[in-house]
Amino acid sequence: MNWFSNLLSSTLGRKLVMALTGLFLILFLAVHLAGNLQLLKNDEGQAFNIYAHFMTSNPLIKVISYVNYAFILLHIVWAIILTRRNRAARGPQGYAVSNNTSHWSSRNMGILGTFIALFLIIHLRGFWYEMHWGGIATANYDGVDYKNLYAVVDAAYSQWWYVTIYVVSMILLAFHLYHGFGSAFQTLGLNHVKYNPVIKFVGVAFAIIVPALFALIPIVMFLD
Amino acid sequence: MKITLKVWRQKSKEAKGEFKTYQLDHVSQDMSFLEMFDVLNNDLVKKGEDPVAFDHDCREGICGMCSMYINGRPHGPLQTTTCQLHMRSFKDGQTITVEPWRAKAFPIIKDLVVDRSSFDRIQQAGGYISVNTGGVPDANEIAIPKKDADAAFDAAACIQCGACVAACKNSSAMLFVSAKISQYALLPQGQPERKTRAENMVAQMDAEGFGACSNTLACEAECPKGISVTNIARMNREYYVSKLSSDNV
Repeated sequence: MNWFSNLLSSTLGRKLVMALTGLFLILFLAVHLAGNLQLLKNDEGQAFNIYAHFMTSNPLIKVISYVNYAFILLHIVWAIILTRRNRAARGPQGYAVSNNTSHWSSRNMGILGTFIALFLIIHLRGFWYEMHWGGIATANYDGVDYKNLYAVVDAAYSQWWYVTIYVVSMILLAFHLYHGFGSAFQTLGLNHVKYNPVIKFVGVAFAIIVPALFALIPIVMFLD
Repeated sequence: MKITLKVWRQKSKEAKGEFKTYQLDHVSQDMSFLEMFDVLNNDLVKKGEDPVAFDHDCREGICGMCSMYINGRPHGPLQTTTCQLHMRSFKDGQTITVEPWRAKAFPIIKDLVVDRSSFDRIQQAGGYISVNTGGVPDANEIAIPKKDADAAFDAAACIQCGACVAACKNSSAMLFVSAKISQYALLPQGQPERKTRAENMVAQMDAEGFGACSNTLACEAECPKGISVTNIARMNREYYVSKLSSDNV
């Protein structure tokens, strides 16, 4: 297995882990958004609460969620390892003058990622922790009791500062995705004259549309 | 034209370096950047001072020796080598800051001269093909698709100057290494050592202490030979496939 640990500890292997976990998290974002959009349904949160119950009780979803937690941690830890290595490669003396031609987000993925990780802590504490271990009131639909996560979300989104944190975080996420989406394909070696424009277009569209819709939910619920 | 030069001066690898400012008031805009440095060094020698050490050789843009980080960009404001940069690219009275390549794997020897032997060691790790001796084979004996030949030639245009490393925020050498891996991977002559080459050259690149690729594309923008980052994607493919399928355990 020496070759395998060599692969994972090489600069290319580490980037491979970043790309694969990143693409999985991109997929997760899309699924998460589809679920969250049910918050905007005009049904006092019934569809959302039933969906939230399904997502926390279905065994298959549970397995996928554990993979998701692991990938988030892996993405963060690997980013720290890579950043440290990259800093060291630069040497102690930096340039006095530097005119960068590259895109801002491509140079600041670590900073963007750090803010997203901080947001994640607030986000998980506010909803995920409450759903699993918090004392949430129940709502009864067709004779069955469901945890009323909608009410928790509704209460959180009635505070302007909470909504502000969410909107700002989604802007940061958009910049992170703007570089990350296409970059992941390049790292995987998937660079092809036919598909490059498709990856670029889908990447930019995803980086704009997904965070925008995520940000729309707290804004709409706040204004309601 | 008159210019103000801020040049990094460092006596040796261990010495602490600093910027020194020089005024030049008899610079012709037809001079190349290196000729301007020759003029400066003439002045310094006349005054009994130590001339600025800098790397140069062919002065024709093909040897890859020159290596100056000029006003925040490797090889200066144009996408060319320092030797092919002329003073007409600067304004009269401008201040020009000149620094050496900065990277842990390129230690400074003196002033603007850096040790790029790490590139040689990467090349030695796999940047070659084995050829049997014997009669001279016909040049076009092996049919190679024109597109592959062109792509291999484009990759082979790399002159190992190190501008990609200098431009990269991670001091990554991936544009250089990927050009060398691509140039052989695309040709039939490169097939026997293909997998071992990708594995060994990447391993040597890591051992030398170069950083990882963040896909900022800064290297491609600064490469005087226009090497494309599609080579980096190809290197990634070559490396992953080699690691997963070669016999090297």
